[in-house]
Amino acid sequence: MSGRFSVGEKVRVQDWDPPNEPRKPHLRTPYYIRGKIGEIERICGDFRNPEALAYGEDGLPKQTLYRVRFDQTHVWPNYAGPPQDKVEIEIYEHWLEPAAGDSSP
Amino acid sequence: MTDHAHLRHGVKDNHYKRLAIAVRELLIEKGVVTEDEIATFMARMDARSPELGARMVARAWVDPEYKKRMLADGSAAAEELGIAVDGTLLVVVENTEDVHNLFVCTLCSCYPRTILGLPPDWYKGREYRSRVINEPRAVLREFGTDIADGIELRVHDSTADMRYLILPQRPAGTEGWSEDRLAKLVTRDSMIGVSLPLRPDQLDQLEHAAE
Amino acid sequence: MRSHHDMGGEPAGPVNMAEHDYDPWEKRIDAMFSLLVQEKRLMRVDELRRGIESLEPNAYETLTYYERWIASIGKILVEKGVLDQAEVDARIAEIEQRPDAELEA
Repeated sequence: MSGRFSVGEKVRVQDWDPPNEPRKPHLRTPYYIRGKIGEIERICGDFRNPEALAYGEDGLPKQTLYRVRFDQTHVWPNYAGPPQDKVEIEIYEHWLEPAAGDSSP
Repeated sequence: MTDHAHLRHGVKDNHYKRLAIAVRELLIEKGVVTEDEIATFMARMDARSPELGARMVARAWVDPEYKKRMLADGSAAAEELGIAVDGTLLVVVENTEDVHNLFVCTLCSCYPRTILGLPPDWYKGREYRSRVINEPRAVLREFGTDIADGIELRVHDSTADMRYLILPQRPAGTEGWSEDRLAKLVTRDSMIGVSLPLRPDQLDQLEHAAE
Repeated sequence: MRSHHDMGGEPAGPVNMAEHDYDPWEKRIDAMFSLLVQEKRLMRVDELRRGIESLEPNAYETLTYYERWIASIGKILVEKGVLDQAEVDARIAEIEQRPDAELEA
């Protein structure tokens, strides 16, 4: 299995906002998590890229998919629950960058 | 989504029902699919229900080794019980004294259909999809589920290739119960994580009401 | 720009717990799609999603779940050349002329 990140590593989700032209992108990275910092929870495997599959392309090369764990209080500044609550999301590798040097959330 | 086409419309005034018929007929006439194949897939789907997931949960409650295998590879654990998962990659997450899990798909409505059947309407609706991610405790209270502040609540957003199943905690007072009896406590909603499994007294009430 | 389908964290009302049993016409759409994806390999799930995401925000909000599905399936099959838009339109017009009894499938 490929993958440049390992379990427990701090990562930041790319803060991309691709334009709707020439075609509206099909993105599996929710808007609310872009730019947020979390920790790799597990490596799910390698999968064809849905952004290309959605337009009938082959989606190759495959992308490593991770489950990333975030503190809810970091994701939502007004989060009403206790500080230990988490949100966990599947994110493809090209949406992630290392965040080791950053202050952790 | 609060209303449904089947309540609002007959076929005549519903463009989408006509579109569905048109697409199906044309695909059949072109030899792309057959009526029998569609019927086979409908039957396959009708055979899926939360009872499948409940069997897995009940097995995990009585067999610690099975539980380990289930947490390591949910799909293999389903197949071990003869449940075909059709390629679904199932992640099972466990509720404990300290952690409560639930899942949602904020982008569409990904759901572990092969082991729970088709999702309930609310799972696909804007309210659940929007709010359970940033105010999960408030949404859980709407389901009558109160999670103590000392417990860590984990929301799993099913955004890509994995599907989720929550392994709830075995209710107290069920020592010595058979696997079949335990499975009756395991509701669909408890495997989504919005509710807890039935307590023995709640199951008694249900069974009396049914008599 | 956040797309209307990407709704995590958006304000919304209380969860409506009402449920309905799926009707045959809904199940038939579901079965036909699964058949096209799993056995015929003519469509992918990401294409279905992209077609749904391409609905106008108002249509996305007002159509029911399987109405969105068939809107997307029709669009994608035409795009791929499996169906022709003119023949789909002609068939819909013809179905409008049939007696009700033949339609309640």
